[in-house]
Amino acid sequence: MAAGQVSALRRRIRTVKSTKKITKAQELVATSRIAKAQERVNASRPYSLAITKVLGALASNASVDNPLLTARERVQRAGVLLITSDRGLAGAYNANAIRTAEQLIAELKADGKEVALYIVGRKGFGYYTFRNRPVAASWTGFSERPTFADAKRIGDGLIEGFQAGSATEGTFGPEGIEGVDELHIVSTEFKSLMTQQANAKPLAPVAVESPEEEKSSEPKASYEFEPDADELLDALLPKYLNTRIYAALLDSAASESASRRRAMKSASDNADDLLKRYTREMNSARQAAITQEISEIVGGANALAAAGSDV
Amino acid sequence: MANQLHVEVVAVEEKVWVGEAEMLVARTTEGEIGVLPNHAPLLGLLKEPSQVRVKLAGGDQLTYDVAGGFLSIDANGVTILAESATPATPESR
Repeated sequence: MAAGQVSALRRRIRTVKSTKKITKAQELVATSRIAKAQERVNASRPYSLAITKVLGALASNASVDNPLLTARERVQRAGVLLITSDRGLAGAYNANAIRTAEQLIAELKADGKEVALYIVGRKGFGYYTFRNRPVAASWTGFSERPTFADAKRIGDGLIEGFQAGSATEGTFGPEGIEGVDELHIVSTEFKSLMTQQANAKPLAPVAVESPEEEKSSEPKASYEFEPDADELLDALLPKYLNTRIYAALLDSAASESASRRRAMKSASDNADDLLKRYTREMNSARQAAITQEISEIVGGANALAAAGSDV
Repeated sequence: MANQLHVEVVAVEEKVWVGEAEMLVARTTEGEIGVLPNHAPLLGLLKEPSQVRVKLAGGDQLTYDVAGGFLSIDANGVTILAESATPATPESR
């Protein structure tokens, strides 16, 4: 039925238009969030560079038997911190992060380690609870704009659990984290607007990353320490870990927005294509209906005229 | 500007203040320390909570409330690393 087809198409066009409004708005929001997230990544860089430099200076001076620096002989339980987003509509962002975490977990299990899973973000949490898999602890509600306080909340609990080790009974921190012998972090690295790479990195025991700057040619300054180097290291390492977690959260937030922007952009583009197609179909259906009506009228009039001339 | 001390106050989320000063006063866990230009390299853990005072040329002074802070002095100047550093309010001074 031609008229019915036209109104059905009209309805579909309306639907696609309102969907497009949503995806377009999401795209714009995500675009502005990327810029903000990148600003925050840049703002946090001076601190992480400075603390890495200080730690490097310290590590060469302090004795290295700090529990946060030494690998355990026997690793019974390993902790994995997975960073996902709170909201969906972000393309493959969460799927990639979860897949990377799954690979890591499989490797750890193959080595005979138990795995304790810590999750940031509602999406990752939902993924595991839906599959009835245990989640040791989770934090939600800040995946798009993490603050250092969030990172510190996560880090403090994890560090306590790590320092205690799996041999210690009991739980640590407000989230009830069990002792672990290793910590890994799975986050998404923001490479560019088009590429975000989920990857897994060891978090503890700490391997001090050398700063990105070139190994300075100036001779290493021999520092004085106040209090002594070991005590300083004790105080500094947890802060360093928190900084690493914070950096991972920020990077993931930028990736999340970039991923969402791309997903929403292709959804908007797709809506545009659909709109064009439906509009063409509707126009031709309408034109067909009009043509048919005209030919019916003309045919009717001709028939009448033929009948009238007979009279 | 020969004998000025380069000071950076860096919090985790942002760089708070960077500039040249005459002197910096902070309190480590061991005691109060005043830093003048060309100080020997030193790493210090700041007392919790504590204040850092930056004395500028011309007698002005900047004061920051610092939490979770470190002090690092090297050939380039002083860096205060803090989890948070906020300009001190008159009441806390």
